[in-house]
Amino acid sequence: MGGLSQAFADAFLLLLDFDARVFEIVLLSLQVSGLAVLIGTVIGLPLGACLAVGDFPGKQVAAVVVNGFMGLPSVVVGVVVYLVLSRSGPMGEFGLLYTPSAMVIAQVVLVVPLMAAIARQVVEDSWRQYREELAALRFGWRDTVRVLLHDCRFSLSVAVLAGLGRAMSEVGAVMIVGGNIDRSTRVMTTAIALETSKGDLPLAIALGMVLLVLILLLNAGAFALRTSVMRQFE
Amino acid sequence: MSLFPLQLRDVVFRPNGRAVLDGVDLTLSGEGITVILGPNGAGKSVLLRTVCGLLQPTGGSLDWGGGAFDPLAVGMVFQHPVMLRSSVIDNIALGLVPRGVGARDRRLAAMAMLEQVGLADRANDNARQLSGGEQQRLALGRVWLTRPRLLLLDEPTSSLDPSAVEAVERIVRQIRTEGTKILMTTHNLGQATRLADDIVFLAGGRVREHVSVRRFFSQPASVEARQFIQGELPWHLAF
Amino acid sequence: MASGLLKRLLPALALTATALTVQAGESITLASTTSTENSGLFGYILPIFERTSGIQVKVVALGTGQALDVGKRGDADALLVHDRAKEEAFVAEGFGAYRKDVMYNDFVVVGPAADPAGIAAAKTTDEAFAKIADSGSTFASRADRSGTHSAEMRFWKAAGKDPEAQAWYKASGSGMGATLNMAAGVGAYTLSDRGSWANFKNRQDLKILFQGDEKLYNPYGVILINPVKHPHVKKAAAETFINWITSDAGHQAIADYKLHGEQLFFPLKEK
Repeated sequence: MGGLSQAFADAFLLLLDFDARVFEIVLLSLQVSGLAVLIGTVIGLPLGACLAVGDFPGKQVAAVVVNGFMGLPSVVVGVVVYLVLSRSGPMGEFGLLYTPSAMVIAQVVLVVPLMAAIARQVVEDSWRQYREELAALRFGWRDTVRVLLHDCRFSLSVAVLAGLGRAMSEVGAVMIVGGNIDRSTRVMTTAIALETSKGDLPLAIALGMVLLVLILLLNAGAFALRTSVMRQFE
Repeated sequence: MSLFPLQLRDVVFRPNGRAVLDGVDLTLSGEGITVILGPNGAGKSVLLRTVCGLLQPTGGSLDWGGGAFDPLAVGMVFQHPVMLRSSVIDNIALGLVPRGVGARDRRLAAMAMLEQVGLADRANDNARQLSGGEQQRLALGRVWLTRPRLLLLDEPTSSLDPSAVEAVERIVRQIRTEGTKILMTTHNLGQATRLADDIVFLAGGRVREHVSVRRFFSQPASVEARQFIQGELPWHLAF
Repeated sequence: MASGLLKRLLPALALTATALTVQAGESITLASTTSTENSGLFGYILPIFERTSGIQVKVVALGTGQALDVGKRGDADALLVHDRAKEEAFVAEGFGAYRKDVMYNDFVVVGPAADPAGIAAAKTTDEAFAKIADSGSTFASRADRSGTHSAEMRFWKAAGKDPEAQAWYKASGSGMGATLNMAAGVGAYTLSDRGSWANFKNRQDLKILFQGDEKLYNPYGVILINPVKHPHVKKAAAETFINWITSDAGHQAIADYKLHGEQLFFPLKEK
């Protein structure tokens, strides 16, 4: 047990010695996952709302697919996106492999089903309240989607945070499509994996602590923002 | 083009074997306020929802002046209206969204309607923080803004205090003056006498009487109506 | 409300998106092995190269087998790996334009300090591996088609032993570092390149028990991915790198890299 506590102690000391390269890695993590979640919000939340209230052919199939994809292991997504983006693959001409763009793409694939599934639940619960009223006002499902997305905007932050959590903590997909290239595609999770494989456990733990604190701060920030704005309209 | 006369022929609503509407025959003209009275469980709310198109009757038919049912011409206000998590002005304009009215035009129309229903000074407030009476006025304004040909009201003032009741009734009368046909239910006999042109008495899922308001209260034809009026009266007197 | 936030967030993220895709200056992608990455060699020599040439070398560290696959698919511009036989086959099959010698280091056999198989007393590599098999001591293998794994398989064969499916043989299927972690964790023997071992910090009870046999010689080669097969390959920039790393300047940089005062890689002059 001495080894573990020693590692944590070393990690804490390392953190105090602020390193520019750690900052670079943290910034890239935020950029990649942030962009992925932004795209995920634009695609996933309306998708979830449509699955909740929509009336279109193939809706049931879409719902099953979205739910299934929610449980996709990140390595699987990594391999598939890799094969698609590879020079020998269908989208090879864009040369996206081993770039941060590839990492964003892979994380979008991971994050959209999760955010859609949560949005679907949130919107469904809200719809139950409004259903009769909206029907009497003759709302079609497309208008209903728009109105409910706006009405549930506070609860939908849960979906955004879930997506952010999934994106920032996954390692399988970004490792495979990004290559964990120093100063180029190395993010927090792949850096932790690398330092662990080099046996440098204190540094790995230090990075892990930074990641954890980061995610906590993001959640706390979202909570504060939500409560302050919610006071206006709840 | 006109929806009227609206003829209900032998309308039955039997959702789980139990006949909530058991053969409703009713003819409504396109003018004035028709009030539906009846004991609890008579099927008043179900009847309104069927006319609104929210429920499909198990049997019978609705004839809309010989033409087709036009959903955009029929509006309904519920007993407990729902408010979106947004401002009063956004809520009152809600009915214009599915009718394809642009944001700017919606806002203009909404401001005008807020004046009509006496909520202009609350335009930017959180709609969920309005009192019961204010929310009911908002709901009325919301549907009125869509200029329905037929307006359905389900117990519009059942949970309101007297001054709020008066404010709502004033708006209802204004809507009637504009030429909109109103079909409403109420427990409040005083309200019925104040607002109704004609009374439909519904009991046991059937229309027992459909006469002018004066006639109904002075000479109720059926036993059930007589009992109903008398049963309700003490409550009404205490009002 | 949401629109207001988005209006502020959107430009920031759009700028990010462009920043992520636009690359400052020239770069090549080099698929290499975990042994070179984990030893810290690239961290030392690549900045030197970048200073003189202005070309950024982006290293994707995989096992030799994986790196060759990446090369076949055309997802890299050049390879730096250590499996002579596979490298030559790669060029012969037309995936590589040519290969050149770069450097060598050696393998070491590490194991628990108590040395249950007694390999410290062995005189040859064959004897060491035979002793491990005969004593049934736990052995951690990379089992990932890497250069190190290929070498390991050669040693078992030469010793006349087949470790496949034996209870004491643990095939981890992962890189050198992960395998060393496992060996340290369960007290197993394993074959490692000296570079990875030198930079490995989680040794616990492990130490080098057998080394120095000429059979443990481990040469590295660099390959240019064939531009005929993959026209998008950055031939000029990749060749600048290949020429540098096989030049006196490159050799000097390799020789200058020391960890804990110890030189890990030795330049190979082209014959």
